[in-house]
Amino acid sequence: MWVYVLRRTLLLIPIFFAISVVIFSLIHLVPGDPIDSLLGPGSSKGDRAELLALYGLDKPLPMQYLYWLKDFITGDMGQSIIEKQPVADMIFYNLPFTMRLGLLSLAISFFLGIFLGIISAAAKNTFVDYIAMIIALLGVTVPAFWLGLILILAFSVNLGWFPVSGSGSFSHLVLPAVAVGLGGAGLVARVTRVSMLEMFNKDFVLLLYAKGLSRNVIIVKHVFRNALMPVITILGLRLGWILGGAVSIEIVFSRPGIGSMLLTALFRRDYPVVQASLIFLTMAVIIGAFITDIIYSYADPRVRDVYK
Amino acid sequence: MSKVGTASRHKSPWMIIVKRLSGNKMGMLGVLIIATLILIAIFAPLLEPYSFKAQDIGNMNQAPSGDHLLGTDEFGRDMLSRILRGARISFVVGVASVAISVVIGCIVGAIAGYYGGVVDLVLTSIADLTWSMPAILVALLLVAIIGPGLESVVLAIGLSYWSQYARLIRGQILSLKGSVFVEATRSLGASDFVILFKHLVPNSISPVIVAATIGVGNAIVLEATLGFLGMGAQPPTPSWGAMMSSGTAYLFISPWVIIFPGIAMMITVLGFNLFGDALVDIMDVKNRESNL
Repeated sequence: MWVYVLRRTLLLIPIFFAISVVIFSLIHLVPGDPIDSLLGPGSSKGDRAELLALYGLDKPLPMQYLYWLKDFITGDMGQSIIEKQPVADMIFYNLPFTMRLGLLSLAISFFLGIFLGIISAAAKNTFVDYIAMIIALLGVTVPAFWLGLILILAFSVNLGWFPVSGSGSFSHLVLPAVAVGLGGAGLVARVTRVSMLEMFNKDFVLLLYAKGLSRNVIIVKHVFRNALMPVITILGLRLGWILGGAVSIEIVFSRPGIGSMLLTALFRRDYPVVQASLIFLTMAVIIGAFITDIIYSYADPRVRDVYK
Repeated sequence: MSKVGTASRHKSPWMIIVKRLSGNKMGMLGVLIIATLILIAIFAPLLEPYSFKAQDIGNMNQAPSGDHLLGTDEFGRDMLSRILRGARISFVVGVASVAISVVIGCIVGAIAGYYGGVVDLVLTSIADLTWSMPAILVALLLVAIIGPGLESVVLAIGLSYWSQYARLIRGQILSLKGSVFVEATRSLGASDFVILFKHLVPNSISPVIVAATIGVGNAIVLEATLGFLGMGAQPPTPSWGAMMSSGTAYLFISPWVIIFPGIAMMITVLGFNLFGDALVDIMDVKNRESNL
């Protein structure tokens, strides 16, 4: 088991290099540079060259990458060109907000999705099944930001239950997390349903019926537990897809976070910030998939025993 | 031996799909929704009660009423007309971007699966890397590179989603390339190119078609999100995403400007998902064998 974990952890290193190279080169393809927005009117070519040299933007791209990498590894993510503060500080200020939002959305996706999936599998091809599946589909058919706006209209403006925007307390977190989580819930519900229906056809379920167990016990104790594995897999694989909604949701609810920081920086061509936040978001997704993989191999005795 | 008897024993695969689909209630609902959308997209100019771009300053932000069934926006433009016209854009964005993804995905996946070895390792790693990055981030970055506008949005979405098709095609090709028919084609002197794109890819395409159907829905949703973040179709274009994003500023004054395009999108994407899900059931290879 530990050998497996170690091997997977070491694999994250080349992935990090690949991702940072891709993101670094993509960002430098973006036309225009932040120096334009820093230079006041009437500034000379000399001012421009000076600023370019100051931020190291005058060197060839591979050199820029190596300098950046060297700093990044020592924890220095550079200086925001527009905000004039260390990128690391900005990241660590914003990261907790995004992490709280991400974790609560994932929890909502997981539990709501499983709930919908179980009832629709148990009531296969009935009215209940159709309704549950339509609800599950609705989460994936609209953009998260739209759900967020509708939730604001319904629960903040009309009912007054939750604040419209901001990030002070837990109640600020509920609506954004629901808006992000519903999409994932739909995905989880559909996978749960399919994998439970597959389990129903297995011989061991027939045996359990023959043993005289009630249908509810069979569904909850046996079918569901076995059907959980594909659900965990899909959650790990589509983590990025679920959390992608967080970028627009942070804007809708005017929450601080990596997503809103990234977007602001993108519009201002603030390379160091865009770079660091993209790498953080992507690595978060990859590490999330990695943790899911570990949980998966631990939860399935067949996989677990192989690595003992 | 009557002609009718022969025909019923040798149904074409397409006939079987159509027959199976007609027995699938949710799938038929999906077909109905997509067919309606296509009709609306074609005949939008005839269906619009007002011109989709006619501004009416006297009737700004009007609530839904007899005159304007779905209300008006901040320029007094009729929402119903704009939503009908938007169907055209959403449909084109969805289909065109998925077409780009499928073409790239098929080429990359086919080459990776067929040649194997280092080629496979490199291409698969690139695909996995793209797959692990949230599509919205990739698309945002690409639009920033190409510049805003509808065409670049289509291209960006196409370039963000190709990896899933590459994975599907690669898997299929891996399981098919050892087949006898491939060996036979090669012994007839066919080149790698012919074997790959004339024989292997067409035989591997059905899971891609299924995924692409659902992919059209995802692309429509992504276009809206890009629009909302200011990176999509620019405001005068009546795309559903652009409507929602410009309506955000008037959320508390005229919520219908946001609500109705969202509902239109919800129904549309639901249609593609229901149709795609039905195709998964119908085109399932194991099923196909046992039910012929």
